[in-house]
Amino acid sequence: MSDSPRARARPGAPGDPSLPPVTEIAIATLALIVAGGIYLAAHIPQPVALGPAIGLLAAAAVLLCVNAVLVSRIRGFARTTFVKVGSWTVLAYVVIAGMLEYVFVYDHTPGRVLAVLSGMLVVFSLDVPLVLAYTVARYQVGDRTAAVEHARR
Amino acid sequence: MDMTAAVAQGVVAPPGREDGEAPLTRPRISVVPVRGIPIVAIVLVLLVVSIAGNWLWALDFFHVVGGGLWTAIDLFVGLVVGPIIGRMSIPARMEFSSRFMPKMVLLMPTLVTMTLGSGFQLARHLGNLSSSYPHHAWVVASFIVVGVMAVIALGLLEPANIAVLFEMRKPQPDGQVIGRLMQRFIYTAGITGVMQIATLVIMTRLATG
Repeated sequence: MSDSPRARARPGAPGDPSLPPVTEIAIATLALIVAGGIYLAAHIPQPVALGPAIGLLAAAAVLLCVNAVLVSRIRGFARTTFVKVGSWTVLAYVVIAGMLEYVFVYDHTPGRVLAVLSGMLVVFSLDVPLVLAYTVARYQVGDRTAAVEHARR
Repeated sequence: MDMTAAVAQGVVAPPGREDGEAPLTRPRISVVPVRGIPIVAIVLVLLVVSIAGNWLWALDFFHVVGGGLWTAIDLFVGLVVGPIIGRMSIPARMEFSSRFMPKMVLLMPTLVTMTLGSGFQLARHLGNLSSSYPHHAWVVASFIVVGVMAVIALGLLEPANIAVLFEMRKPQPDGQVIGRLMQRFIYTAGITGVMQIATLVIMTRLATG
């Protein structure tokens, strides 16, 4: 499906080559977190070597930071929408992550494993809102464009 | 610009129905149906209570009901509703989506949380998480299937769902953008629907031993 002229002209529109691969990086981040979670869940309650899980968590955290920087550098991006959607989504995912954390604490998950799992939940509850807010904001009119249109009226 | 794209973009008024009724009007779209939030809150509170109280029947209930609905909805949306939406005109998709998508925004995360939270706790109580459990490999396989579905659903499906709703709230929604996002929604729903068949195989294997 080709993009309409209106969509092509707008920064952030589908197919816009200036957009960084935020969605792809966010999915990779999520995949690393899920892989780490599966690795730990497959071993607990038995003792588990934390090295692979810490490695996956560290890689996911790095990708999350890279993504945050990439989003912050997009020109003409609808930041107001991004922040609005992102903050509500963070709230929702903090509730979900809190439920999972509650189960881990309730089950007396050992301290070091719990720390890694908590780190994974933090990355999870930031990564999903980031990709969600980005997907919404990329199709919205950027803040600067909106200000110019408002001034013209 | 073809007629459907023009209507979707609000350039021209949508045509009247063949039965002579008034033209299609775009309903007011709410991204999150507020009336459903108390129901979600009650479900989550009951889930927490059943975990805290080690209430095995309730955990089993949450897992079976949540898992059954999650699997059935994924299969139905992915393999039945999805292809039907794919063949609809863009205005028809928009009208359907404006009513369907907000419900999915609340329903699916609630069902997933309910199923996974109770399932993990149930497996722990029953000793299914232990590596000495004879079918431990099947349990790990279920983690992997759920993990892949979670990545697809959270990274692609849900963002497309929310973005469609935001696009439709605009005074002049872009039909092409909605078409692209709906296509993404339909494909990913189809993939998760097919993956749910693997979940059914694994769960029935675990249940029969």
